[in-house]
Formats: sequence, structure tokens, C-alpha cells
Amino acid sequence: MVAEAIEDKHMNTPLIEMKNEYKIYIMGTEQVYANDNINLKIYNGEFVAIVGKSGSGKSTLMNIIGALDKPTSGKYILNGRDTSTMTDDELADIRNQTIGFIFQQYNLLPKLTLLENVELPLLYAGVKASERRSRALSSLGRVGLKEKYSQYPNQLSGGQQQRVSIARALAGNPSLLLADEPTGALDSKTSREVLNFLKQLHSEGNTIVMITHDNSIALEAKRVVRIHDGKIIFDGDTEEYASKFQTSN
Amino acid sequence: MLQSFKLAIKAILSNKIRSLLTMLGIIIGVAAVIILVSIVSGYMGQMVKQFEEMGVNKITIFCRNMTTRHMDDNDMYSFWDEHPNLISGLSPSVSLSNAKVKSGNENLESTTIIGVSEDYLDIQKYKIEEGRGLVYADVAGRSSVCIVGAYVANTFYGSSDKAIEDSIKINGKPFSIVGVIETQDEDNFDEGGTDDFIWIPYTVATKMSRNGYINNYVLTSSDTDYTNEITTKLKEKLYNIFKNERLYNVTANSSIIKQLNEEIGTLTAMLAGIAGISLLVAGIGVMNIMLVSVTERTREIGIRKALGARQGVIMQQFVIEAAVTSTIGGIMGIAIGALATKSIGAMMEIEANPTIWAVILSFGVSVAIGLIFGYLPAKSAAKLNPIDALRTD
Repeated sequence: MVAEAIEDKHMNTPLIEMKNEYKIYIMGTEQVYANDNINLKIYNGEFVAIVGKSGSGKSTLMNIIGALDKPTSGKYILNGRDTSTMTDDELADIRNQTIGFIFQQYNLLPKLTLLENVELPLLYAGVKASERRSRALSSLGRVGLKEKYSQYPNQLSGGQQQRVSIARALAGNPSLLLADEPTGALDSKTSREVLNFLKQLHSEGNTIVMITHDNSIALEAKRVVRIHDGKIIFDGDTEEYASKFQTSN
Repeated sequence: MLQSFKLAIKAILSNKIRSLLTMLGIIIGVAAVIILVSIVSGYMGQMVKQFEEMGVNKITIFCRNMTTRHMDDNDMYSFWDEHPNLISGLSPSVSLSNAKVKSGNENLESTTIIGVSEDYLDIQKYKIEEGRGLVYADVAGRSSVCIVGAYVANTFYGSSDKAIEDSIKINGKPFSIVGVIETQDEDNFDEGGTDDFIWIPYTVATKMSRNGYINNYVLTSSDTDYTNEITTKLKEKLYNIFKNERLYNVTANSSIIKQLNEEIGTLTAMLAGIAGISLLVAGIGVMNIMLVSVTERTREIGIRKALGARQGVIMQQFVIEAAVTSTIGGIMGIAIGALATKSIGAMMEIEANPTIWAVILSFGVSVAIGLIFGYLPAKSAAKLNPIDALRTD
């Protein structure tokens, strides 16, 4: 019984756990509940889409999941650690160690080569130069851009740049890939490529949380969480979500 | 750390004109410090050197002798006997200002005639060109001999070796020329110049002078360190004789040099301070540019922070960038300052070398400026919220 409980705990410790999470902004005299009592658990190996319209609070939620911001009240436990009391530097460390960001605007540094861009998270993790280089190169290899390592971001197409940003997210071998509108700046063909690549990463065992406003993109995930006015109004598997929301969007 | 240096150099090179303009303030400031300090200390150094050539160990005594209270040569020589270790030479100095000097039929109008002792040659650090100097026997025996300057020898006798076979008349009394002194000042080799003089034994000069007192003495200390002691003791002795401080005066050359050096120090510090203000202005320029740089690179900072850069890492990047900028400016300023010092020195015909401490100081100041004025912008960069930073374009 005891052994079972321990095993159960070990197996089922969520990677992400939110308990009564609120994020409240003060706008003049008014309080805006960007996140209004969010309770959410995401486990290792999941592929979750967080979907919602502009202003629904999904970006706020993503900032908190990404440890870029702290909740106003409630708890956010990432990989077993409570972020709500962390300092700026502790948040930087936990981002560096556990989260790989994939941004809508790619957010590559234009003055650095692809290799240097992919090396950045490793640099901040204190990995030594030779290992940094080999890990960054193999990460670029995973997205098929190894040969272009010495080029600069502006020499690449949008789709290629997004692949570099995925390589950068993978380089640090993080527990969570956090993708913010990863296809938002891409045409439909390259969007498909990126989505297929994310699916492939999921099938290899990576945990992925993808934020999007687009229902059709959300349907690519295994589980969908829908946010409306700062509240979770749906949390379930994709088939169920499709039957409920696909037509209404 | 190395990465931060690479980034700093990349950032500086990617904005060459702006970086150069930022550095320009530092370059001008540093060059100004070096030029001003080096030229002034070169110029003043030359003045001190001239004083030193006159003798750092020299002490001159002036007294206003009266029949009741006076200091004679015996008193002075007994003072030397009391302090044999402190003093290396002593000579009375009796000037005969109204004497008529004749060489054959020619009048010497402007020649200085002074009565001195056998030590005077060494005290003045002069050298004999021909013949001999005065000796104790000349002084004690009141011999009618004289030493002449090179101008007197050359002008009235044609050359030094002709002069020492001849004689000169002072107030109608013939003095045989026993020695000629080397030319002291070629630029002023003229009537009334440095080389237009006659020395005779002071014992003879005292007799020829109107009141018969010796008003001036010159002595040399055996070491510069003793000059203060000698000066004090002389003053004590003179006070005991005259009972009135206004009747005598003791001046040590070393104290004049010391005073001069102090004034040089003050002047140099003042000039360095003025130039330092331009460095301060340059520092504000660095800060201004760094603030612009932080604003421009807000997004970059946001990305770096999102990827896990701690505040210290961001801070280090910007501080190093500011420090590298101002250090490069400092080095350029030192090079320009050194070159300008050399050419200005050559133009002013003084030996001006960029002083080591001016170079070290201005280099240090320029590095410090980068660190101090880079701190505030770097701090604001480090404190940026990654979410806000990522949102800007």
C-alpha cells in the first residue's frame, strides 16, 4: 500500500501544476483578472494546446508557465519547484534548465550566427565551449540545418528561422517545450512542416505546450485547454474538443 | 567573461561612427591631461634644473653691518670651525661697484668686480681655462692678483693665454692676471654678461671698499640635507650679533627649489583637474550612448533573459562594453597625447616627455569612467522584465 503510493507519486508527479492561480493587473482603479483561478496539471510526455482568443489570458498563462512571470496568488509548481517565491535570477535558472522556448517571432539574435544562437542557453547554463559547440551542432542537425551553422538568421527563410529557434529550444535538453504561436508568422505549407516536427518531437517523448488562437492548430495536439476571460472553460482530449468547439471557433 | 568581451567588440564594431564619437570625448580628455601635465612639468623641470646648476647646496648671507654690531670674516670662519662637517666651502663676497677698471688705456665700464676667497671657484662650480685660481696665500697676503672671466680675457687681451701674462688696473692699482675662467654663457657673451667679471682676494677688496665691512657671504653645505641645519644655526648666530632680524638675511637655494617644486605640483594638479573635467564630460557621453544602446537592444536583452541569462550576466555584458569603449578611447588618447607632447615640446624647445604617472592616471581614469558610467545603463538593462522586453520591437 505504502510502496504503491510512493510509486504512484513518482509516476504521476505533474511537470506543471497550478493551484488556484490568479494573475491580477491593476488598470487605473480597476482590477483585471487575466488569470482567474486556474487549476491545471500537465504531465511528462503530453502534447497540450492552450487555445483562446486574443485577450483571453492565454499569453499571461504562457508567461507564468514559462517562468517569465509570477502569479499574483496561488501556486505554480514547475518540475516540483514553486516559482511564486523565486527571485529574478532563480527564475532565469529554472527557465534555462527546464524550458525550451519557441516564439512566434523566432527571436533569434541577428548579430549572432546560427550556431551561436543555438549555443546561448548552453552558455548561460555554464556548459564549456567544446561541449556547447558539439551539442548545438547536433541540435541544428535535428532540424536539418547543420550545414548552415555559420550563417546569420537574416540569410534564412521564416520556416528555417523557426527551425533554428526549435533547435535552440532543444539544445538545453529541457523538460518542457513551450511554443507560443509557433506557426503565427508562417505560411500554411511551412506551418504544416513545423507542426509535423513538433508532433515528431512529441512522439520521441518530449513534453510540449503550445499556445495558439487557432482551433485548427490546436487540434494537432493530444489535449486541449481552452481559456476564456481568464478561466479554463474546457480541458480534455482533442476529439472531445473537436466535437464541441470546431464549428463555433 | 571572454564571451562578454567578444560581444563588446562586436557591438563597438557594428556601430563604428557612434563608437568613435563616444571615444572622441575620452581621447581628447586623456590627450589633454597628458599634454598639459607633460609640458608643464617639462618646462618647470627645466627651471628647477637651472636653479640646481647654480648650486643646490649654496647658502647666501646678507648682513647690514654697523660699527657697533657687525659680522666679520673671522666670525664667519669661526662658524665654519664650529661646524666642520656641515660646511664644505665659504667665501665672502665684496663687490666694488664704483671701482675704475683699466686695461691699458681702455676703460671697462660694466665689468663686475668682487672680492672673494679661494673657495669661490668651487662654490660657483666654475672651471679654470688658463692659469690658476685664487689660493689661501693670495687672500692672507693680500696679493694684488686677479682672476678674470672669459669675456674680459678675450675682449681686452685677445685670448686667455695672452691675458695671464698681463695685468689690469683697478682704481689705479695694477693686478696681475693669474687665471682665466671658462666661458659660462655663450649666448650672453657680452658687456655686462655672465663672463664679464674680475675676482680679487676679498682681503684686498675690503680695504678698497668704502666702509671696510663685508656684507655678503656665500657658503656651501657638504650635503643638501644639512642646509636647513646650517640656515638655522646661522640665523641664531646672526641674531646674537645683530639682535634684530631685519638686519640680516640667510637664503638657501635648496629651499627656493623646494618652494618652486611645490608650486609646480600645485600648478600641475590644477591643470590636470581642468583636463579631468573634460574626462568627466566624456564619461557622461559614454553613459548617454550606453543608455541608447540598452534601449535599442531591449529585445535582445529580453531574449537573453528568457533563455536563462541572469542579471549579473546582462550587467557584465554592458559594463564591459562601456569599459572597452572608454579603454580603447584612453589608449588612443595616450598615443595622441604622447605624440603631441613630443612635437609641442620640440616647438617650445623644452624637453617634454609624457610622464609615466600622467599616462597611468589617465589610462586608469578612462577605464574607471567606463565602469562607473556604464554601471547605471547596465543596471537598467539587467533589471528589464523579460516579458516587456520581448514585447518591444
